[in-house]
Amino acid sequence: MAILVIAEHDNSTLKAATLNAVTAATQMGSDVHVLVAGAGCLAVAEQAANVQGVSQVLLADDATYEHQLAENISLLIAELGKDYSHIVVPATTSGKNFMPRVAALLDVAQISEIVRVDSADTFDRPIYAGNAIATVQSLDAIKVITVRTTGFDAASAEGGNASIQSVSVSHNAGTSAYVGAQIVKSDRPELTSARVVISGGRGMGNGENFALIEKVADKLGAAVGASRAAVDAGFVPNDMQVGQTGKIVAPDLYIAVGISGAIQHLAGMKDSKVIVAINKDEEAPIFQVADYGLVADLFDVVPKLEQLL
Amino acid sequence: MKVLVTVKRVIDYNVKVRVKSDNSDVDLNNVKMAMNPFCEIAVEEAVRLKEAGVATEVVVVSLGSKSCQEQLRTALALGADRAIHIESDEVLESLTVAKLLQKVVADEQPGLIIMGKQAIDTDNNQTGQMLAALTGYPQGTFASKVTIEGDNVQVIREVDGGLQTVSLTLPAIVTTDLRLNEPRYASLPNIMKAKRKPLEVKTPADLGVEVKAHTRVVKVTPPAERKAGIKVACVEELVDKLKNEAKVI
Ligand SMILES: Cc1cc2nc3c(=O)[nH]c(=O)nc-3n(C[C@H](O)[C@H](O)[C@H](O)COP(=O)(O)OP(=O)(O)OC[C@H]3O[C@@H](n4cnc5c(N)ncnc54)[C@H](O)[C@@H]3O)c2cc1C
Repeated sequence: MAILVIAEHDNSTLKAATLNAVTAATQMGSDVHVLVAGAGCLAVAEQAANVQGVSQVLLADDATYEHQLAENISLLIAELGKDYSHIVVPATTSGKNFMPRVAALLDVAQISEIVRVDSADTFDRPIYAGNAIATVQSLDAIKVITVRTTGFDAASAEGGNASIQSVSVSHNAGTSAYVGAQIVKSDRPELTSARVVISGGRGMGNGENFALIEKVADKLGAAVGASRAAVDAGFVPNDMQVGQTGKIVAPDLYIAVGISGAIQHLAGMKDSKVIVAINKDEEAPIFQVADYGLVADLFDVVPKLEQLL
Repeated sequence: MKVLVTVKRVIDYNVKVRVKSDNSDVDLNNVKMAMNPFCEIAVEEAVRLKEAGVATEVVVVSLGSKSCQEQLRTALALGADRAIHIESDEVLESLTVAKLLQKVVADEQPGLIIMGKQAIDTDNNQTGQMLAALTGYPQGTFASKVTIEGDNVQVIREVDGGLQTVSLTLPAIVTTDLRLNEPRYASLPNIMKAKRKPLEVKTPADLGVEVKAHTRVVKVTPPAERKAGIKVACVEELVDKLKNEAKVI
């Protein structure tokens, strides 16, 4: 049986996270289909058809799926998913929202945030803020899975040649409505796929001081992240939170500025290739995971760092 | 309106867990346990709804071994009116928990159900959504603001790109994110009072739910350790290392 990957998109562009999920799916079996559910999303289906390793794209283009409301899209996925061995989605806030609903409709477990495929039914996933890795075997006929994107390389966005098949199944539970969104616009790379990430914590003192970090980010082409404390204090918006309960990142270079290194923060960044910590407290736990630690006042060294880049 | 809140007993968030030497599980012997932080936020939200005159009663439910009653008493001390304990010493997977909660919902008929978005032990982030599927109720996950408006609830949700607002018909399920509120501490008089509040104990069998395993834990292993790094003396040295040693810039 084939594997169904649910595409992450905004009705015009296929999101990069989908490519990591496709790679995970190809490790579970050979026949990978992608479902694009949205409204006016033909362009996304065309992009999905080009992804290497995808053999078939299902396009559910219907007004009810425009905002991927969980109540509606879960009914669609549960109906189509019955014929698949695995249903796979990247563990974004969108996938995390509707996928457990799909699992319950199918009366199966969800295996959340896998980082490794051991076999078609056995997967590794971090638990306890990444302080342990559980190897979990599914006993269900249909495996419902969310994929932590940092665990898998992205499939090539080009080179595929899948056919696109329209599915006209319209499910509207009629219990929820989209009201609006405040989406943060940024020219910087996405936090979860950036090659370099620089994050600020409570040590930044206020939101204006994040400009110091942004200047470094501009020089490095980096994304900007934050600790929970910086978000809670209102320095920066919630979408910048890195950690156990925020975004998981694993860039080539992660620079933590004025961040102490709580378990919950480490959970979101300790798989980065190279970690730099700048903190004035030499006992800060962040230094235990840092490849390069600089004990200094950030207000002295961050502007200097920017000049030297 | 009656509000149902779920609470889970988990490892205290400050404790770094260790894996057992036989790789069968993590070692929770003599480890400090507490209410899951996201459940604390759920209790706080429900109590605030009661204080605002929106909720008439706050019922709190927990599932697991007898020791969960400690966390139920905490919730009662924080302002919940009564507690239900579904007692079981078996491993309760998210789907089973959702099925048990479905029965509680059928009995209690709450107008709103508030749950934590994830438990910090299994990090699953799924029980609320599963309960929503089983009850057919709409869901407002990762909530940072909840407003009851007549027969609807408006929920502002923390999503990857920022914030999203949805409107749901009641009854509905809300799962909490960190910015929803800042939970209070229980006062000593309230802790004393909580001891006398009603706490009902039921079993999965009482509710007619079979505890079924959908997964098997093959092993639990420690994560790859990072090797200790070095301290650099100045920014110049840092930039040099990043360019010439790590070669990442
Ligand atoms: C349920 C739950 C979930 C959580 N999820 C997350 C999560 O996803 N992500 C997350 O990050 N946290 C999370 N946390 C919070 C976490 O426990 C910590 O509270 C948080 O990470 C601390 O942020 P911080 O390091 O910025 O602040 P602090 O711990 O206050 O550290 C500030 C650091 O800045 C340094 N500093 C101050 N001034 C300067 C200066 N001028 N120059 C240099 N250094 C300076 C200090 O020495 C200190 O080390 C969670 C907590 C809970 C309970």
